[in-house]
Amino acid sequence: MPTRLSEIIRKHQQTLLSEWIAELKNALGRKLIKDAELEQQCSAFLKALEQGASHGEAASLDNAAWSEMKELLNNVSRSRGLAGYSPSETAMFVFSFKRPLFSRLRKDLSAAEAAEEQWNATLVLDQLGLLTTETYQRTREELITRQQQDMLELSTPVVKLWDGVLALPMIGTLDSARTQVVMETLLQRIVETGSAVAILDITGVPTVDTLVAQHLLKTIAAARLMGADCIISGIRPQIAQTIVHLGVDLGTVTTKASLADAFALALQRTGQTVIRVGQARKMKEKDGEAKDRKERE
Amino acid sequence: MERIPILRMGKYLLVTIQVDMHDRLAMQLQEDLTTRIAKEQSRGVLIDISALDIVDSFIGRMLADIAGMSRVLDAQTVVVGMQPAVAITLVELGLSLHGVRTALDVERGMKLLEESIGEATRAGADEGDGPGDER
Repeated sequence: MPTRLSEIIRKHQQTLLSEWIAELKNALGRKLIKDAELEQQCSAFLKALEQGASHGEAASLDNAAWSEMKELLNNVSRSRGLAGYSPSETAMFVFSFKRPLFSRLRKDLSAAEAAEEQWNATLVLDQLGLLTTETYQRTREELITRQQQDMLELSTPVVKLWDGVLALPMIGTLDSARTQVVMETLLQRIVETGSAVAILDITGVPTVDTLVAQHLLKTIAAARLMGADCIISGIRPQIAQTIVHLGVDLGTVTTKASLADAFALALQRTGQTVIRVGQARKMKEKDGEAKDRKERE
Repeated sequence: MERIPILRMGKYLLVTIQVDMHDRLAMQLQEDLTTRIAKEQSRGVLIDISALDIVDSFIGRMLADIAGMSRVLDAQTVVVGMQPAVAITLVELGLSLHGVRTALDVERGMKLLEESIGEATRAGADEGDGPGDER
């Protein structure tokens, strides 16, 4: 049986559109997208709905006639998801069309026909509503996955502190995957910069248990195999207590309380020092005097 | 039969591994190296593995063994230029090569040997001078 849905939509497109937009604005409450954009989306939706209903089987969205509608809804719910709408607000875009459509159906058709058409329309609109929610969720999941990847990369920077001294400020929990990334980037940077000392700063690591300690020791062992020394810094008092209580053996690894201490040690190991400018001048003068005296003698 | 060349540089021996290590080659290297250390009375051995990008547990153990044998013959071993992938593999295999010294490149490895052997000889010389001063 051909549905009369498309016919009615075509006949009353303008009134349906204005009623629907009023309904939508009322239902949404807050406004995150422009009126013009909303109107454009609504009229595109009506066109696609009319096309789908005139060709396709009303109950099944798999038909090719609905492909335009599907694409439109994908775009709409994706943009809503990114604009910050909640999933129910996104689905409301479709569901709010029911009231204007149904009242129109009741006005134009006989009671029996209206009930039949209402049922058909409900089937279609419900499926479309579910589709928006699905797309919305997929968009959010993509967003979360991307953020996770960003975080993984951002949280493991290897910075060059000084000639021959690398620092690795670790932030967040150290699990096996993170350790793998940390190890690879650290070793790669050691090769690139030819650094002999690397400082692992664990100020941003919330907890250190036996597993985390094991991961740290693995990283240090790998760096040592390549000929670079590692210093662990940024050990908070609570973490020092935990390490001892757990009986973790950090072995021969040098540990320092702060990054500054570790840096001083690293400079010392690489045979460098940092002194105040005034002091440096005095030392130079002294050297000069000593040289003069030698020459006079 | 192919062999890994062992070059003599003053007091030290330099071994550059540039081909894929297979087990028999490794055994041959052990044999050759110990013979050379004993013959030339070398005090240090530099093993450059920067061209080695695949290791297995056998090669890992061989490196540790060479270090152990050299120590018995009073020569220090420094392994230089290990690739990141090799280092990760060895750690994952549980071979941390304790007792083997490491350096980033041949130059630094040489400096490391100079320092440790220089100190050892100086310490020996000081001991020798000690009784003389007392007299």
